[in-house]
Amino acid sequence: MTFETLLPYLMAAIFAMAFPLVTGYLVLVERKILADFQARLGPMRVGPHGLLQPIADALKLILKEDTVPKDADKFLFYLAPLLSVVTAFGSFAVIPISATLRIADLNIGLLLISALAAVGVFGIILGGWSSNSNYSLLGALRGAAQLISYEVALGLSLVTVVMLSGTLSMQGIVEAQFNQRIWFLFGNYGLMLLSFFIFLIAAVAEVNRAPFDLPEAESEIVAGYHTEYSGFRWALYMLAEYTNIFIICAVAATVFFGGWLRPFANIEWLAYPMDAIFPAALLFLSAWGCARMKLFPFTALLGISGLVFLIPAVATALSAPFWFFLKVSAVFYVLIWFRASWPRLRYDQLMDLGWKRLIPLALGALLANAIIGML
Amino acid sequence: MTNHLETSEMLLNMGPQHPSTHGVLRLVLKLDGERVKAVECVIGYLHRGVEKIGENRTYMQFAPYVDRMDYISAVSNGLGYCLAVEQLIGAEAPPRAQIVRVLFAELNRIASHLLWLGTSALDLGAMTALFYTMREREEVLKIFENYCGARLTTHAFRIGGLQYELHDTFEAETRAFSEMFKKRLDEYEKLLTKNPIWVERLKGVGILTAEECKSYAVSGPMLRAAGVNWDLRKAQPYSGYEQFDFEIPVLHGADSYDRYRIRIEEMRQSLRIIDQALERIPSGAIMAKVPKVLKPAPGEVYVSIEAPKGELGYYIVSDGSLHPYRLRVRPPSFVNLASLEKMAVGALVADVVAIIGTIDIVLGEVDR
Repeated sequence: MTFETLLPYLMAAIFAMAFPLVTGYLVLVERKILADFQARLGPMRVGPHGLLQPIADALKLILKEDTVPKDADKFLFYLAPLLSVVTAFGSFAVIPISATLRIADLNIGLLLISALAAVGVFGIILGGWSSNSNYSLLGALRGAAQLISYEVALGLSLVTVVMLSGTLSMQGIVEAQFNQRIWFLFGNYGLMLLSFFIFLIAAVAEVNRAPFDLPEAESEIVAGYHTEYSGFRWALYMLAEYTNIFIICAVAATVFFGGWLRPFANIEWLAYPMDAIFPAALLFLSAWGCARMKLFPFTALLGISGLVFLIPAVATALSAPFWFFLKVSAVFYVLIWFRASWPRLRYDQLMDLGWKRLIPLALGALLANAIIGML
Repeated sequence: MTNHLETSEMLLNMGPQHPSTHGVLRLVLKLDGERVKAVECVIGYLHRGVEKIGENRTYMQFAPYVDRMDYISAVSNGLGYCLAVEQLIGAEAPPRAQIVRVLFAELNRIASHLLWLGTSALDLGAMTALFYTMREREEVLKIFENYCGARLTTHAFRIGGLQYELHDTFEAETRAFSEMFKKRLDEYEKLLTKNPIWVERLKGVGILTAEECKSYAVSGPMLRAAGVNWDLRKAQPYSGYEQFDFEIPVLHGADSYDRYRIRIEEMRQSLRIIDQALERIPSGAIMAKVPKVLKPAPGEVYVSIEAPKGELGYYIVSDGSLHPYRLRVRPPSFVNLASLEKMAVGALVADVVAIIGTIDIVLGEVDR
């Protein structure tokens, strides 16, 4: 067996083991950014500037008592969070981090992600129903209605991408963007911007993020479908939720922002500035920004680690993951921005927006893209 | 088309421990899907028998208790009580004390509206507003703390005037707050007033017309949002409010959105009063001549003021002894809350949360 054949298995193993930790830090990053929007500090107590908070949270959740409500359907109650996690993790299989760094290159990649997201609804419905609680049931019903409605718009906006790329494979979509010398975000004379807009709204609804966080609307139905869950099972739901957020950001980065491609990937002489100088400068600047937080050892390390990008061989190897994760982070930041600035929609308004505005708009965008594509 | 599917109604118990019932209000909702068929308000989880306690304390001893009814606007409660007892014994606070009382009452109105804005925005999922309003409310509480040592249950006034002189930095602090807060109010409006989701969540939700308001005896911002120009500061001026130049905002939408806009505008008007009051604090005594032992002649008074949440009234009956014969409080929260059922039936669960938010209740006052 060569290294190339082993790589997918290795990546799968790393993903499965590391992602709980990565999710924990995603939560920390979200809390920190949200705190910044809201004129406060965020977690500060566990470790320097709250850096160990995710580990403390995970330990707390694992050690908590595992309670099951009386009269709950035990089998489904145990199964539901697992369903959520498994479907969320399954989507990882087709996310390409670079041309070689991926688990599988399926020719139905995009379809697999939509399908798994659709199955993921069962985690919410079954969890809410089996809890035998009114709040959970309301949350589950909201979740089911919301996910089914917004899946249509999400699918339609992705179809426009497929029309441009001519393939469903995630890898193929990135390569198509390289060959056509344009990110699909700006494709079809800017018409794809509309598709991206629809995708972004539907994606936020798909992962139950504010302003579409109705299934777990705290101020209305306590915690929605996971009201009765506690400890480790609750942690599984959170793991699934943040994994889904990562997946949806990764899909946005891959199909609209050129995945691992650097900007102007076809212009040869930009290779060194974009692959080496830009990452180094960015890491150095962020280290300098973090110095404000009096985290000298960490920031110094971050700044120095940026310098390795200046070595041409390293730059060639690391630039693809660098650009991929930079794009994912940018989309993730936008999601947090949404959460900080918008109130929550009401259930009927959500359905209204989905069926009466987003789906017709998505159909229109599909038609317009098809006509322009034929010209 | 007839619906052949058999559906059953769901009985949802909301509270007393629910994130957005603002304390210990309990609602029993009868739901058809998400639509509310019937609402039953259950109150009393915070009942302390404040009125009965009043019958067993001297007039001065009871004063700190009123702070603990509407603990968000303790200064207003204290002002109403002091005015009532002063009328009962025939005393009047000196001019300096009156202006200082107005200053604190208006600062308190801002603090109360800020807490309302933050929490009711949080109920609708706009969590950022809460942190901004809390930041500004903190500045008001600091002024209170520097004046009398307490932040929440201030007990700032005494029967007959004030116990303490203004602290040295009071004017500078209040001016700085007023300057800063004008800009911050515009920031809140940028965040919310034209935010399409915010407008859609509040417009046309929880309509209570002027007629209905009157029949429920609703007062305060809710009444003025229904187009009724009624504010006790103008209608029956007390504590020298007639000297100030300010307007009573009135809107005609009668819905939650107009209640929000009324309260924002009221904060602006409060700033106007504060600015004017700072200019004209007279010198002189801060305490009227009040006997050490209060023994009012037999009789009764009803004094009401415009508290941040509406008309706050004190009805005191004296039998000539050291203690009131009967002490009755007319709390705005309790009276306004009665209209919840009228507004909530036919709305969605999410609307109920919005409606509770715009009534602006404090359970300490509802239950007493």
